[in-house]
Amino acid sequence: MALTILLCAAVVATALLVGARYGALLLVGLGLGLTLEGLRFGFAGPWRAFILRREPAGIAAQLVAIALVALVAFPLLAARPDELIGAHAPIGIAMLGGAFVFGICMQLVIGCGSGTLVNAGSGNAIALVALPFFVIGSFAGAYHLDWWIDLGTAPTLTLQTFFGPLGGLVATLIGLAVVAAIALSWASPENRGIPTRLWIAAAVVAGLAILNLVISGQPWGVVYGLGLWAAKGAQFFGADLSGSLFWSAPGNVERLQQSILTDVTSLTNIGIILGAFAVASWRGGLSADRKRLPLNGWMVVALAGLLMGYSARLAFGCNVGAFFSGISTGSLHGWAWFAAAFVGSVLGVRLRPRLGLDESSR
Amino acid sequence: MRSRKSVVVATLGFLALVLAIDFSVSTPPNPYLQPSIVALGSGQAASGALCTTAPSR
Repeated sequence: MALTILLCAAVVATALLVGARYGALLLVGLGLGLTLEGLRFGFAGPWRAFILRREPAGIAAQLVAIALVALVAFPLLAARPDELIGAHAPIGIAMLGGAFVFGICMQLVIGCGSGTLVNAGSGNAIALVALPFFVIGSFAGAYHLDWWIDLGTAPTLTLQTFFGPLGGLVATLIGLAVVAAIALSWASPENRGIPTRLWIAAAVVAGLAILNLVISGQPWGVVYGLGLWAAKGAQFFGADLSGSLFWSAPGNVERLQQSILTDVTSLTNIGIILGAFAVASWRGGLSADRKRLPLNGWMVVALAGLLMGYSARLAFGCNVGAFFSGISTGSLHGWAWFAAAFVGSVLGVRLRPRLGLDESSR
Repeated sequence: MRSRKSVVVATLGFLALVLAIDFSVSTPPNPYLQPSIVALGSGQAASGALCTTAPSR
């Protein structure tokens, strides 16, 4: 009860002292954290379950959530292009490489962008070790992003570009249905059902992602906020960020000057951590022993966290910003991210035992 | 750092450190200069600070 009051107070205080929109976004983040942890809706784990055991339920639930968001986002983006933006980014060499590396690393950590936040908030020591390195990597990746883009990048393409808003939506839904059909057909017959828990989670996550778009004007993301946190740290220690094309861009300079409590992705990230913490507290499992790894395992986790952050910036997002929000708003880079990160995940799953990582880690 | 509780405490401590650093280097929020609660229908453009943001020359 005390925790509920504290969380409500945090939302109200943010709304009163920073702004109503920011309080609402913190609430959206809290909802995401509660849902992701409470209903065990994730990304890295279900991909791993599919790769190792051909269990498609988690991936199918992700595709359902993306489809639900697309059904609302496509018409809204078409109707209000001056107020709302999609998660649109170009496909490029570094983008594909970044997604591939992210796919590997998210299997080493067993946590993607949102998953690392959820796991850290619920008491997973692996995620706690990975998180600060993820933050630093996101900052560094953004710092060097222009160099990587220059390696070869196509123009930004969306399905709306090719087929218009309605045709783009239909193409997205068909694409998601085809992937879901492939995943389900690959599974053994007893594994083809999607548990009610995941149907509910998919609907709630989709609803919250739509709210994120409607309230903030932009889709749900994770990595930008993490990189901003490290950029604030660099500022604190007197670093001059004007040498970075990314961090000296007007929009990012404004973010650096303003509080992270006015930054969309920072607020939802904070909310996700707190929401996951609340669920873990209510479950009463916080007295259990934390995960243990050998020293080399911890070093792998730290390096994987760093690479996750760096690669997610090159890939224009993680599983949330690129895969979930990219596809649900029509960006072709979301589909490219999905393919490259999945191949990386297959490799990451195979690498885990060789790198001394505990197979029982969540 | 033996239990999950200690991990959670460390995570919340990390979050508190991030906020403390932010408060020390950022302009304090001004609730009287806030955007409308919902972007949709506000007539205001989104901040554009998101994961797909790319630097432009």
